[in-house]
Formats: sequence, structure tokens, C-alpha cells
Amino acid sequence: MILVSGVTKRYGKTAVVDDVSLQLPRGGVTAIVGANGAGKSTLLSMIARLLDSDAGSITVGDLDVATCDSRELARRLAILRQTNDLQSRLTVADLVGFGRFPHSGGRHTATDRAAIEQAISWMNLHDLRDRFLDEMSGGQRQRAFVAMVLAQDTEYLLLDEPLNNLDVAHAHAMLTTLRRAADELNKTVVIVVHDINYASCWADQIVAMKNGVIRAVGSPREIMRRPLLKDVFELDIEVVELRGHRIAHFYLPVPICANCNSANEACCLNRGVSEPVPLTLRPQVAS
Amino acid sequence: MSAHAPSVAPAATDKPAGRPLSRGWFGGLAVLLVLAIVSVFTGVSDLSPVDFLTGTATDRQWLHLLASRVPRTVAVLLAGASLALSGLLMQLLVRNRFVEPGTVGTSESAGVGILIAVMVFPTAPLVVKMVIAIVTALIGTALFLRLVRSLPPKAPVVAVPLIGIMLAGVIAAGTTFVAYRFDLMQTIGIWMQGDFSGVLRGRYEMLWLLAGMGLLLWLFADRFTLASLGQDHARALGLSYKATLNLGLALVATSSAITLVVVGGIGFVGLVVPNLITLWRGDNLRRNIGWTALAGSGFVLVCDLMSRTLNAPYEVPVGTVSGVLGGIVFLGLLLTGRMRTQ
Repeated sequence: MILVSGVTKRYGKTAVVDDVSLQLPRGGVTAIVGANGAGKSTLLSMIARLLDSDAGSITVGDLDVATCDSRELARRLAILRQTNDLQSRLTVADLVGFGRFPHSGGRHTATDRAAIEQAISWMNLHDLRDRFLDEMSGGQRQRAFVAMVLAQDTEYLLLDEPLNNLDVAHAHAMLTTLRRAADELNKTVVIVVHDINYASCWADQIVAMKNGVIRAVGSPREIMRRPLLKDVFELDIEVVELRGHRIAHFYLPVPICANCNSANEACCLNRGVSEPVPLTLRPQVAS
Repeated sequence: MSAHAPSVAPAATDKPAGRPLSRGWFGGLAVLLVLAIVSVFTGVSDLSPVDFLTGTATDRQWLHLLASRVPRTVAVLLAGASLALSGLLMQLLVRNRFVEPGTVGTSESAGVGILIAVMVFPTAPLVVKMVIAIVTALIGTALFLRLVRSLPPKAPVVAVPLIGIMLAGVIAAGTTFVAYRFDLMQTIGIWMQGDFSGVLRGRYEMLWLLAGMGLLLWLFADRFTLASLGQDHARALGLSYKATLNLGLALVATSSAITLVVVGGIGFVGLVVPNLITLWRGDNLRRNIGWTALAGSGFVLVCDLMSRTLNAPYEVPVGTVSGVLGGIVFLGLLLTGRMRTQ
């Protein structure tokens, strides 16, 4: 279990993460969602001791991340931050091999090699294993890094925007893999995602953050509600039910009222007086 | 793409190219040994391998061989390997392809140590001067690292070597000022200029310390490669990033100071050899140590052979030859777009 209690991170006078307490039980997939600058990545980095917190404490299992041995923690918890800037000229197989560093320190044993092969196979990287990272696309590189943290074979897997740079097929495959890691290998997966619908459809639990605090924690069904999303993202998003999942239609243009040509709360639209007008038939265009 | 479809993993076999020392490497080593033998029998006084094989060599010739020619060639091989490996490690740790100890102030800082030693302990043995040079090289390299760390994260790639060149310039100016005041310009010039003609038995043995440095590099190779992924990735995998960085740059500074004190400055080896090797073989340090050492030795050996034959019986300083040759290779890399930005 990951236990975060009263954790704060300040930059100057701004608290990016403000007195956050959170309990993440073992197993399952947890998605952290929220607007840009809500403190999601900062919180994740602090849990993984990549950032020091200014107040509060964090424990992973029985390890206090502020004081425990870093390599010991690396055998329990893996983190992948966003990797867009890295241009190292390592091969995919080399990189994945470094995931075993916390266990063997560099001399790979049979267990290490098996873990490396499994990770490469899970991320479907056989064809790319001898390619240099700096000669691959952003999405391929992203998959190679996820393979590295999979090879680390930890109970906890923290991923900051693992779907970055991935097309829909690879994003789908990535989520399938993470789901599999949670279901088959009983790992605890925590991801930061921007697309709330991925969170809704794939996660067991969603943590919604805003301005450095946690606004809500709950199942996708509990979080994917129009008023709550409006509060977290400051956008009125229609939520519909699709095959047992809740989908937020943030791709649609915000409906415009035919009467007052606006979409604010006072508008007659919200009182049910008029019908929303589709984008192509907005009054000013029609007239 | 179906990541969830379990696929059969192929057997984990090491490919020949993946091993640090492959058949190709031993081929390269053979070429280097041939060059080394040529080097031993190149010079002003006439030594012939035939005499030594048939046993007709005089005592004088034996003395010449063992006290001058062999030490010189060994010094060239050790210094060349060390310069190239230092450059490789520094580029890896600073995450910049445009740096080498000779351009970021490390060599100039070692020069400060030599100046101090010459002024304060003029009669001290070479090893004392070397220790002082190592200390000042460590301080200078730490200063460079401190400056690099204060760069904004999005600073352009050339900012790092630029800072190094500026730092080196400031340090060199200080050295020149003091040396000029105390009429030591020529002395310092001789110390700093790369030259193997002064290498004799009894005056180069400290270069064997470089082999020890190479061993440390081998032992910590994986940690250094991991550190080259940056602080976040290194810490996430449980590596103490700062300690690794400090250890690596201390290795670089120490090796550079040792080379500088014994043979002087030889430019561009640490810049072009690592760039060529990593372009070909990637950034995995353990896999590159053998080839980088070999190529560094070979490069300096060729430079030294040229320095002795171009204007025989006089010598062109080896640093001059390496500067011209290395400069041409470096410009070639730049002009063909092969210099990578990170």
C-alpha cells in the first residue's frame, strides 16, 4: 500500500501540491487525472523520491521514501517520468537491461535475462531490440522505456503519461499491457493520464486533482459525473453511458443556446426552455 | 500490434557485436601491435629488428631500445587510450558530445598545479608535481560541473562546451599572467605541450596508473552509462546519481592530470575518438571501452609516428599533429552532419 499523508510541495510561495493525503491499496490500476498544473506529476515524483516533499510523509509498503535505501525502493517501485527529451544512443535491449540494475547491479543473471525478454515481449519490441533510441520515433522510445520499468519487476509501477506520443493502437496496447500487469502479475499500477476517458474505461480507481489538492477519489462511475468534471476541469462536459463505461464527450463543441447565443449557467438552455443548436446551425451563421 | 498476445521470446544470446571484445577488436589489436613495433624501430639512431632477433645487437642498441624506444611507445599507447577514454566518460556524464577534458578547463587547471609545483617546489620529484596537478584538476573540473549545473534546462547544446572554453580561457590567462611575472612562460609551455621525446625509462612509469584508472572505469561502466540517462532515470533505478557523477569526473580529472604531467597536452583525441566510436557502437560504456582504448592508442601512435617522420631528424610536437588530424576528422563529422546534439 502507498500511504501519502499531509504532503506539500512548494515552489516559492505557490504550493503545487498542498497538504495531500491519499491511500493507494495494493493491486489494480489507479489513474490520476486533472488539469495542467494540478500537481499530478509532482505528486507522482514525490511518491517515487525523485522530488523531496516540503512537508508530510510517504510510505511505500513498509518503506519511508524519504529515508529508505534508494536501491531497495527501486526493487519495490518503478517510476517512469516523461521521456521526450532523452536522446541517448543505447539500444532498446540495453535500455531494458538497465531495468535490472536495482536487482543485479549490471551483471545479468538468468532471472534478469528472463525478465528482460518478458518485458521486450510484452511491449512487442522484438523487431526494435537492436535499434538505437535516438533513431526511433517518440512513441517507440516511449514503449522501450515502459519495457525498462516492466523489466524492473516491481510491486508498484508509476507511469507519468505513458500514452504520450502513442497513436490510438499503441495507446490501446499500452493500456492492455498495464491492465495485464495489474491483473495477471498483481502489480499496483498508478498512471497519470490526460484523456479522462482512458481513465474511465481502464482504471479501477480515479484520483481527480485540481490546484494541488485532491478533489475526489473513487471508481470511474463515481468520478465521471458532469458536475464533478466541471469542477475539476472547468469545462461543462456531457457524460454518456457506452457499453457499461462512462464517456465524457469533451470532443464536442459546447452547445450554444438558440435564444441567448451563449452557454452560461443562467441561459435558458439549462432551464430546459430551449434546445441546444448544433455548431453548423448557430444563429449568427444561419442568419 | 498486439502487446497482449503472448509471443515466444527468442533465446537470450549475445551477438558478436554485443560483446565488448569481439573478433574484430582482436584484429584491431593486432594492427595496433604492428604499428607499435614500427614505432619502436622508428627514430634517429638506427635500430633494426633483425639485429635484435639474430642477437647481433650491441649493448648500446639494447640500452637504446629498452630505455628510450619501448618506454616511448608504451607511453604513447597508455596516454592515447586514457585520453580517448577520459573524453568518452566526460561526454557521457556531461551528456554533451562537444566536450573533452582539454576544452573544459580540466587540463588548464592541471596546468595551474604544475605552475604552483614549479614555483613552490621546484626540486620536488615528478610524483609530487603530479599530485598537485591532480588536486587542481579536480578543483577545476568541479568548477566546470558547477557552472554546467547552473545552466537553464533548455540551454542550447553548445552552451556547455562554450562555458568550458570560457573557463579554460580564464584559467589559462591567470596561469599566463603569473608565469609571465615570474619568467616561467617557457617552462610552463614545455610542460603543457604534448611531446613524447622526453619519455625515458624512469620518467614515464606513472602512466601505468592510467591502466588502474581504466580498470575502475570498467568496474563502474554500467553505473556511468546509467548516470548518462540523467538524474531522474538514474535515481529511479536506485543509483546515487551525484556520487556516480563525482566519481566519474574525478576519474577524468585524475587521468588528465597524470597524462598532462608526463607527456603534456594532446588535443582532439578525447573529442573525435569517442564521437566516432559512439556513432558506430552507441552509448553503452562497457561495450565501448575496448574499442575506444584501441582507437585512442592507435590515433596517438599514428600522430607520434608522423611527428617523428614528417620533418626527420627533427620532431614536430605530437600535439600539433593530433590537432591537425583530429581537427580534420572533427570538421568532417560536422560537415557530414554526423555530430549529434546530445
